[in-house]
Amino acid sequence: MNVYDIAIIGGGVVGTAIARELARYRLRVALLEKETELAFGVSKSNSGIIHPGTSNPPGSLKAKLCVEGNRLTRKIAKELGIDVKEVGELIVAFSEEDLARLHEIKKDGEALGVPGLKIVDRAWLDKHEPNLSKEVIAALYAPTGAIISPYRWVYDFAENAARNGVEIFTDTKVESIIRKDHGFELIAGARTFKARRVINAAGLYADEVCGMVGIRDFKITPRKGEEFLLDKKRENITNHLIFPIHTKTSKGMLVIKTSDGNPMIGPTAEDISDKEDLSTSREGFEKVLSSVKRLVPSINGDDVIAYFAGLRPVAGDDFIIRHEDKAPGFITVAGIQSPGLTSAPAIALYVVGILKKSGLRLKKKIFFHKHRKKEVHLFAIPLDATKKLIEKDASYGDIVCRCEMVSAKEVRDAIKRGARTMDGIKFRTRCQSGRCHGSFCTTRVMKILAEETGAPVTSVTKRGCGSEIVKEDRSK
Amino acid sequence: MRERDLVIVGGGPAGMAAAISAHENGVKDILLLERDQYLGGILNQCVHTGFGIEYFKEVLTGPEYAERFVKKVRDIPSIEISLRSFVVRLSRDRVLTYLKPGILETIKAKAVIMATGCREKTREMVHIPGTRPAGIFSAGLAQKLINVEGLLPGKEVVVVGSGDIGLIMARRFTLEGAKVKAVIEIQAETRGLIRNVVQCVEDFDIPLYFNHKISRIYGSDRVEKVHVVRVDKDHNEISGSGFDITCDTVLLSVGLIPENELIEMAGAELDRKTNSPVSDGLNKTSIPGIFACGNSFKVYDIADSVTRDSELAGKLAAEYIRGL
Ligand SMILES: Cc1cc2nc3c(=O)[nH]c(=O)nc-3n(C[C@H](O)[C@H](O)[C@H](O)COP(=O)(O)OP(=O)(O)OC[C@H]3O[C@@H](n4cnc5c(N)ncnc54)[C@H](O)[C@@H]3O)c2cc1C
Ligand SMILES: Cc1cc2nc3c(=O)[nH]c(=O)nc-3n(C[C@H](O)[C@H](O)[C@H](O)COP(=O)(O)OP(=O)(O)OC[C@H]3O[C@@H](n4cnc5c(N)ncnc54)[C@H](O)[C@@H]3O)c2cc1C
Repeated sequence: MNVYDIAIIGGGVVGTAIARELARYRLRVALLEKETELAFGVSKSNSGIIHPGTSNPPGSLKAKLCVEGNRLTRKIAKELGIDVKEVGELIVAFSEEDLARLHEIKKDGEALGVPGLKIVDRAWLDKHEPNLSKEVIAALYAPTGAIISPYRWVYDFAENAARNGVEIFTDTKVESIIRKDHGFELIAGARTFKARRVINAAGLYADEVCGMVGIRDFKITPRKGEEFLLDKKRENITNHLIFPIHTKTSKGMLVIKTSDGNPMIGPTAEDISDKEDLSTSREGFEKVLSSVKRLVPSINGDDVIAYFAGLRPVAGDDFIIRHEDKAPGFITVAGIQSPGLTSAPAIALYVVGILKKSGLRLKKKIFFHKHRKKEVHLFAIPLDATKKLIEKDASYGDIVCRCEMVSAKEVRDAIKRGARTMDGIKFRTRCQSGRCHGSFCTTRVMKILAEETGAPVTSVTKRGCGSEIVKEDRSK
Repeated sequence: MRERDLVIVGGGPAGMAAAISAHENGVKDILLLERDQYLGGILNQCVHTGFGIEYFKEVLTGPEYAERFVKKVRDIPSIEISLRSFVVRLSRDRVLTYLKPGILETIKAKAVIMATGCREKTREMVHIPGTRPAGIFSAGLAQKLINVEGLLPGKEVVVVGSGDIGLIMARRFTLEGAKVKAVIEIQAETRGLIRNVVQCVEDFDIPLYFNHKISRIYGSDRVEKVHVVRVDKDHNEISGSGFDITCDTVLLSVGLIPENELIEMAGAELDRKTNSPVSDGLNKTSIPGIFACGNSFKVYDIADSVTRDSELAGKLAAEYIRGL
């Protein structure tokens, strides 16, 4: 059996960012993910914000990695052909007391190296953020606050890692780990993977994976965040990300811009016990709505078209990223709560540093394909560009999704790039994520998926085995 | 840019009736754009009977009703039909852009009639909390899956809302051998036609709960159960009244909304509650020369009324063009 130099457990933003970073070196790397597709864990349900790095405790690991991650995200996003929208962030003050807090936050941020921070006054806000509550007296403006599509970011990391030789295994849940002389044996169902080193990037389950090698000094508590998306028609309700002043456990409830245009409000922050509980509640909705109306009074609950919940994998106050001396060769990357999406590229470099320190010799590949070809999204390009595409390939003119203007060509491309489920297609293309929620396109997308994968239409799932869309085919 | 006299968006009963009437009122150059691969709109999936009673004094199925109009529009040479043609842009000065396999076309029309139908309200719009597993369908999607694709979406079904589509689908699922465990309606009475309550629910002994709502959906991969509670007249939950129903499917029939994103894009005023165009008369919008009819003007209960009212849209557009 082949021995991998490194096995990464977990195909979220952290695991795939690490995979892409390691793909630069002459190593055999495997990435193992328990779900049918990547990005189906925490990385699919978050706010999508590339935080500037202002709201973390000074001296913490996450404070440092957030600022560095913010910078690296822009650079890598260019290489991988994904948009980072530079919207900027405003933390708002309602009182003189708040304003004094903003000055402190600014000072802390500057000490961490957050660029461009400035306090803006009411006149500035009237001009640049007209829908903001008139009760706001000033704000801290952080120009490096930006947004990205979180799941597409994961897919882009993974695709580029695979292009450079990383082997990716989905539907592969690591159930136990056996320590051997050469390193580790990872048991996943009927399969066994041998690896000299293991990186545990298992998100909510990182504590359980650590337990497999006898490390039990931390526990992950899921902290639920419910978020609510508004109709794209309200895209311009704000121009910036709007933050209240943060508390110790949370950044508060925000008015968010998302990379595809829909404004979003949330998230809540509530510690729970069930790592699979992604339910949303009436109370959550009411809490979010009343909090954000304080920031932007014209937000209307009737404009909500979708909602979801995500679970932050919390293990104490900070990230835990370390080599486990008790299990040499095993590296833990746990407790990656917010700002984990922002920090991921910096976490990847930090992990490479740990690997080097632990004695791994890293030799660069002679050729590393650092670029990825950007995929087409009709909703994001002007009509004359669409016209040219349709002339080149007729199926760009075959519209599948009425709300988000997604063509059959984009759906087929998403499948060619690895989508295997309805959710996977949704995350990559946006089809089914508009105001009609797939009432219109579901049948067509199911048929395309069945056709491209050669499987019967009854086997099409929402997000993997057990979530089949229909029960029986009666047409035969 | 090509110029046309009249462009009609949507080839359902509304668009077809408007096209025929515009022709009869003297319009010589009509383009009918339909995004689907056939005319007839939503009627194609309504295989049950009950159409045409008013208009034709006959009992027809949806496709039969549509077919009468399809024949007629196809026989009129001045109506050009373009299928698989998806209109994506409309401006105040009546410039439209549509996409079609291989083609992106922008045209300027003297008058435009929007007959784009409606869409169903979603779970999100009525705020049903809980998880988001497979097995939650709008009634219209379930209707399309069964009647057009021959696919059975589920075997143990709870219907939310007693709108006509929901009632009709309760019967359809039962006839397909699935078990419909309940229809849950938050109001004190049905929103649908009485004949549908009798023929689709009562005749099949399906329990119909008035003054009840689903307060939560459970299940991680697939729907497993719903929690149902009684509500008072202000729709507040009555504590202690809750019970569970196990099921693998939730069907939502909680209302329709006119599909008017295009006229909104053009700058026409819409009523925020109903999403209908704000207008001073049937089939008009706040923009001169842009008309709306059928379910995109307002949600009609029966197709016969759609046909009757849409004929007026054709006439209005003809008068408008003549007056230019
Ligand atoms: C509501 C909310 C909002 C947030 N907003 C932001 C934000 O705006 N900006 C920001 O920077 N961060 C934000 N975050 C944090 C960010 O989403 C996370 O830090 C990040 O996604 C964590 O990524 P991950 O790869 O560690 O975890 P995951 O994405 O969960 O990846 C771990 C993967 O491991 C897999 N796995 C688990 N166990 C096994 C096993 N035994 N075998 C194989 N595979 C396994 C899982 O299926 C999963 O796919 C937010 C989080 C939440 C919940
Ligand atoms: C699921 C469902 C079931 C129904 N069942 C019944 C029933 O049983 N009995 C009954 O009497 N009534 C029923 N109705 C009511 C029915 O909708 C009306 O009676 C009638 O069909 C409405 O006609 P219409 O032409 O306005 O809309 P539709 O029939 O919906 O036609 C609109 C057409 O416009 C096209 N279109 C929309 N946007 C665009 C665009 N941008 N570009 C190009 N084309 C576009 C659509 O593809 C569609 O073909 C039902 C409605 C729905 C939604």
